[in-house]
Amino acid sequence: MSKIRIATTSLAGCFGCHMSFLDMDERLVGLLEHVEFNRSPLTDIKHCGPCDIGLVEGGLCNAENVHVLREFRQQCKILIAVGACAINGGVPAMRNHYEVQECLEEAFLHGVGVDNPMIPSDPELPLLLSKVHPLHEVVRVDYYLPGCPPPGDAFFTILSDLLAGKEPSLPKAMLHYD
Amino acid sequence: MSNMFFIDGQEIAFTPGQTIMDAALAAGIYIPHLCHKPGLTPQGSCKLCTVDVDGRSASACTLPATAGMKVDNNTPALQEVRKTLLQMLFVEGNHLCPTCLKSGDCTLQALGYHLGMLDGHFPPFYPLREVDASHPDVLLDRDRCIVCALCVRASREVDGKNVFAIGRRGANARLIVNSPSGKLGDSDLAADDLAAHICPVGAIMPKNHGFEVPIGRRTFDLHSVAESDVATPVTLKKTEHHDE
Ligand code: SF4
Ligand code: SF4
Repeated sequence: MSKIRIATTSLAGCFGCHMSFLDMDERLVGLLEHVEFNRSPLTDIKHCGPCDIGLVEGGLCNAENVHVLREFRQQCKILIAVGACAINGGVPAMRNHYEVQECLEEAFLHGVGVDNPMIPSDPELPLLLSKVHPLHEVVRVDYYLPGCPPPGDAFFTILSDLLAGKEPSLPKAMLHYD
Repeated sequence: MSNMFFIDGQEIAFTPGQTIMDAALAAGIYIPHLCHKPGLTPQGSCKLCTVDVDGRSASACTLPATAGMKVDNNTPALQEVRKTLLQMLFVEGNHLCPTCLKSGDCTLQALGYHLGMLDGHFPPFYPLREVDASHPDVLLDRDRCIVCALCVRASREVDGKNVFAIGRRGANARLIVNSPSGKLGDSDLAADDLAAHICPVGAIMPKNHGFEVPIGRRTFDLHSVAESDVATPVTLKKTEHHDE
């Protein structure tokens, strides 16, 4: 039987969800008998091929995030919004109280400890969106895995359920927004 | 026999004049609620306690029980409606739980767990609201205020003051402070007033006590808001929504 293909990405997130994914520890070894990774920071593959499951950490803060999210939605049969940022913007959405210009000035001109103050303008840098948004504002999301981050056990549960062809569920005691 | 009514088929006693909510609480039956606290005048604004009374919707916290009344409370349809109300409360404010001191002790969040809420469903408003840090002992962060008016009533009815009020209407309703500058620091709110401690969310918080109990060991990390459903699994797929 061919392996289940999984892609993962971190958009406007902190990679904490990916670290928590790795907290599955030795259970990853067993998992790898049934799954293979496509695009992911774990493989360094740059574009998403056709996949069974896409795990997306982080919300949308720039134009590239939106582009990557659309690629994941096109290529993945099942798309999972992973973590608080993917679900409601999370910590990056704290900047929604301010204009983009104010954020850039604080980070690159007036912030504490800034050397050589200058707002980066390299054309390769993706443009910032005026607000940070959750995934479900742009694409259809199939499953949600709340938590900041969701614990390794939650990743293991959702993937085990999906591999077994079941509707994934968590015990209520494992449902957390923090 | 005459002072009895039914909640989900279970017979409950009430004293004349008692609301459905207070009779249910006395009988140990949980009806979800945010803006109600026994002892304060019922407000009936959060609508989380919506029940079906003889086939019609009503707020359990304001409707007095009457003999023989048949109340539906814990039905899948009502839990879905309550979850939608909760999602509207979340997206109307700025509820970024990982950044919030109240996380783990918050009734709004605990109801999200209780009702299996996975996401906000609606596009978030990300409203711009004012933080008031002018009081030496109490922080007011309007980002998280759900306008339940518990602080308003606690100040008037228990503390014997009149520190808070709700200004404007509908989605623009905001908590306002009764002081010459409109700032909490100029009001007569004291650190041990009930109004400083009654907030069900992280909008009115005592200063300097934020992390005495670590995240993961707080009230609703260890207990369900309903104390009955911790073992129930929650499906990670969103259920169908009223507007779909
Ligand atoms: S008030 Fe409650 S729901 Fe809102 S951010 Fe804080 S913990 Fe979360
Ligand atoms: S500050 Fe808290 S208690 Fe007061 S109205 Fe807002 S949510 Fe309710």
